[in-house]
Amino acid sequence: MAAVTNLVQQGFASVASDTYLSHGMLVLVLPREALAATVATLKAEHGFDMLLDVTAVDWPEDALRFEVVWHLFSTRDLVRIRLKTRVAAQDPVVPSLCPLYGSADFLERECHDMYGIVFEGNPDLRPILLYEGFEGHPLRKDYPKQREQPLVPYRAGELER
Amino acid sequence: MGERTIPIRPAPSQTFEYLSTRKDELVGWARKFSLFPYPFVTACCAMEFMAVSSTPYDTDRFGAALPRFSPRQSDLLMVVGTVTHKQAPILLKVYEQMCEPKWVMAFGACATSGGFYQNYAAVAGIDRIIPVDIYVPGCPPRPETVIDGIMRLQDRIARSRHPIVTKDF
Repeated sequence: MAAVTNLVQQGFASVASDTYLSHGMLVLVLPREALAATVATLKAEHGFDMLLDVTAVDWPEDALRFEVVWHLFSTRDLVRIRLKTRVAAQDPVVPSLCPLYGSADFLERECHDMYGIVFEGNPDLRPILLYEGFEGHPLRKDYPKQREQPLVPYRAGELER
Repeated sequence: MGERTIPIRPAPSQTFEYLSTRKDELVGWARKFSLFPYPFVTACCAMEFMAVSSTPYDTDRFGAALPRFSPRQSDLLMVVGTVTHKQAPILLKVYEQMCEPKWVMAFGACATSGGFYQNYAAVAGIDRIIPVDIYVPGCPPRPETVIDGIMRLQDRIARSRHPIVTKDF
């Protein structure tokens, strides 16, 4: 295990609500309020200079329904780290990482499309993979699997097949 | 000033000077061998489209080897790959820009029926948006399947009516 992983795990033990290793990769479970400061510290002091992915997991039964997941990478140490935050369905807001990482913009827009997570501070949350007028968020568990929202009206007789 | 001899055209031979046929057969015969395709290529079937366009399969035998990248110059719209709902307006626009007569080939499982993309993103078959003349199955189709599809389409063109002046002629 890389030294930086140890260092981070110990350094953020007080901030994170949980830290553990998953397949050799450090996972920090953070409260929403601590996220922005934690990422800023990871970038400035621990060399995590690359944002790889922003995504979410939908747990429909849980009170804090959405788990937003960030993956960071250190090009100095060649180490990855995963950050997780839980938010409620009524208030799916997390801070945007756009001020820290340029790549956050498109990744957050995709996550906003698919899960409806609102990234506070992202200057442009227009649809990126979906289109204007699309209702709902298709990767939420309550989106009907077969529901289509066509932009072009179907030809007569083709819908009933 | 020398005397010029004007060459006299030889008298026409009596064989094969005139041909009688049905208008639809003649026009159909001409049209079935000039299927200039417009490749609307969106996904992995493109690889198989490249294979079928390559020399060993020689689609020029069917007059279908010369892709036109303007829909206005093409006769056969080959929809190669998955069409998403976001892309559907583009496909419809391309189809509407093509001049009559025009034919559409759904190339592969996704263009035919959506394939395994039965979800919010993909159109479950391009025939929901535009009329399709020939469906080529396969994921992706083998070049032989595509050639079979082209030949079946040719047969249909040869057998169909081709009004060129009015709807009756």
